Amino acid sequence: MTVTAGAETGPGPSRRQRRATRLSRWDIRFSPYAYIAPFFLLFAAFGLFPILYTLYASLFRWRLLDTGHQYVGLRNYRLLFVDDRFWNAMYNTVGMFVVATIPQLLVAMWIANLLNRRLRARTALRMGVLLPNITSVAAVGIVFGLLFADRYGLINWLLSSAHLPIVEWRLHHWSGWAAISTMVDWRWTGYNALIYLAAMQAIPRDLFESAALDGASRWRQFWQITVPMIRPTILFTVIISTIGGMQLFTEPFLFAYGQSRGGAGNEFQTISMYIYQTTFERNFDVGLGSAMSWLLFLVILILAMVNFLLVRRSVKGEAR
Amino acid sequence: MTARTATVPTARPVDRPAPRIPRRGAAARLWQASPLTYLALVLAIVLSAFPVIWAFIIASRSNDAIYEYPPRPGGQLLDNMSRALANDDASLTLGLANSVIVSGVVTISVVFFSTLAGFAFAKLRFRGRNALLLATIVTMMVPTQLGLIPLYLLMVRLGWTGSLQAVIVPFLVSGFGVFMMRQYAASAVPDELIEAARVDGCSTWRTYWNVVLPTLRPAASVLGLLTFMQTWNEFLWPFIVLNPDTPTVQVSLKILAAGYYNTDYVQVFAGTALSIIPLLVIFLLFGRQIIGGIMEGSVKA
Repeated sequence: MTVTAGAETGPGPSRRQRRATRLSRWDIRFSPYAYIAPFFLLFAAFGLFPILYTLYASLFRWRLLDTGHQYVGLRNYRLLFVDDRFWNAMYNTVGMFVVATIPQLLVAMWIANLLNRRLRARTALRMGVLLPNITSVAAVGIVFGLLFADRYGLINWLLSSAHLPIVEWRLHHWSGWAAISTMVDWRWTGYNALIYLAAMQAIPRDLFESAALDGASRWRQFWQITVPMIRPTILFTVIISTIGGMQLFTEPFLFAYGQSRGGAGNEFQTISMYIYQTTFERNFDVGLGSAMSWLLFLVILILAMVNFLLVRRSVKGEAR
Repeated sequence: MTARTATVPTARPVDRPAPRIPRRGAAARLWQASPLTYLALVLAIVLSAFPVIWAFIIASRSNDAIYEYPPRPGGQLLDNMSRALANDDASLTLGLANSVIVSGVVTISVVFFSTLAGFAFAKLRFRGRNALLLATIVTMMVPTQLGLIPLYLLMVRLGWTGSLQAVIVPFLVSGFGVFMMRQYAASAVPDELIEAARVDGCSTWRTYWNVVLPTLRPAASVLGLLTFMQTWNEFLWPFIVLNPDTPTVQVSLKILAAGYYNTDYVQVFAGTALSIIPLLVIFLLFGRQIIGGIMEGSVKA
C-alpha cells in the first residue's frame, strides 16, 4: 500500500491536482486487471471455450459441412464403446506412451546424473543433449521415416549387415511402436535430462558427502538420495509426458508418410490420428470426433490424478 | 514479504557457485567426472546429433545413391535445396516466409502480454491475485489440442480458414509465459525500484515500460526464443486449418514428404534440412540462454 503514498502528498490540492489524484487511484486500482485481462480473455476464447464446446458437440449428430445438427444424447459415446478401431487406437496410444516414457525418463535421469558431475565444456555438453528437442517434429518424422524404411533404411541395413532378419517396420504393432517410441525418446530425453539436472543441483551436497563417507556406493546414493529428493520433478515430467503422449499425432502421422490410418491395419494409429481421420477425412463426423476428444481429456485427467496421488502417497510414506 | 523479496535483487543463476576447496578426499572424488562419464555423454550426443547430420547428408546426395551404404555426403546440397524451394506444390519458400511472420508475431505478442501480466502478478496488489495466478497455472495443464474441432468450427465461422490469423490469434498468449515472467519478476525486480518510480509520479504503465520491462529483458528474451521455436514447430493445427496455398513451413514439409517421398526423396530431405537451419542458427547463438530458461523454468514450476 505504500505505493499510493506519492499520490496523496501535497496539502490543499487544486482541482487539477485532485483530478490527477483520482486518475492515479484508478490507475492503481484497475491497471492490474487490465494487465492480466488479455491473457484470460484470449485463453477463454481460444483455449477454454473450445474444450467445453467439445463436450457440447459430442452430444450431437453433426457433420462438418452441414448447417444443422441434431441432439442424440450419448449415442456417440455408445458408438465408440463398440468401435474396435477406437479401442485399437486407445491401445496404441497407451502402449506407445508406456513403451516410450519409462525408458525415456530413466535414461534422462541417468544423463542428468552424469551432467551433474564436475565437467569441462558444460554448456556444450548440455547443448548436445538438448539438440533433438529444437528440431521440428515434422522433420523428425521424415528423417526417422527413412531410418526405419523397409528396403533402404539405415536400421534394416544395420540388421542385415549383422546377418539378422530385416523388419517391416510399418507392418506390426510392436515394430511401429518401437520406431515411434524411438522418435519420441530421441526428441525428449535430453529435455527431461536438463529438467532433472536442475532439480539435482538443488539437492544439498552434504547429503552425498556424508553418505559417501559412510561408504554408500554411487548406485545406492542415486537411488536413496537423488531419486527421492527429485520426486516432485519426476511427477512434473511424468504428467507433462502423459499430456503430450496421450495426444501423440505428428510422429506416427509422418511415420505413415502423412496418412492418418497409421499403417495398413491401423497398427500404430493413435487416438489423435483417429479423431483427425473421423472429423476431417472420412465421415466429417464432428460429434464422434468430439466425443473421442472428450474421452481422451478424461483419460488424461485421470492419469494425471493417479500420478499425483501415487507420488504424494509415496512422499508421505517416506516422511513417516 | 516485501522485505524478503526485495533482498534478492537479481534472479539466481542456475549453475551452482564455483566448487569450494575440497575438504575431504572422498567428498571431492564424488563429483569427479571419470573418462567413462565423458564417454557416455559423448555417446549420448552422437546419438542426438546423428539424425540431424544424416538429414543433411541425404540432402546432399543424388536420388540414385539411395542404396549406397554407409551414406556418404554428395555435392548436391544447394542444388537439391533450390529444387525444394522452387517446388510449386509444397510452396516451401512461401511456407518459410509465412512461418517467419507467424512465429515473429506470436513471439512478440506472447512476450508482451506475459511480461505485462507477470509484472501485475508479481508486483501489484489486487483482489483475487492468488486465485487468478492459480488459474493461470491450471491453464498450463489443459490439453488444448483436444479443443481443435470446435476451434476449427470457430475459424470457419470467422472465415479465417486458410489465412494466417487462424494460426496466430489463438496463440497470442501463453500461461507458461505469464507464469515464467511472474516468477522472474518476483525475484528480479526490487520493490524499492517500483516504489521509487511511483514516488516520481510514474503511472503503472510507465513503471512497466521504463522500469520493469528493461529488468525483465534476460528472461523475456528466453521466453521469446522458446516461443519462436515452439511456434515454428507447430504442426497439427496449421495442418488442419491452413491450405496448401498458404502453408507454414511444417505444412510445406508434409506436402513435400507425402508427394515426393517415392520419386525424389533427396528433395524431401533438402526441404527438411532447410526447415531446421533457422532453428539451428538460433540454438547455436543462444543455446546457453535457452538451456538456462528450461532449467530455471522447471525449478520454479
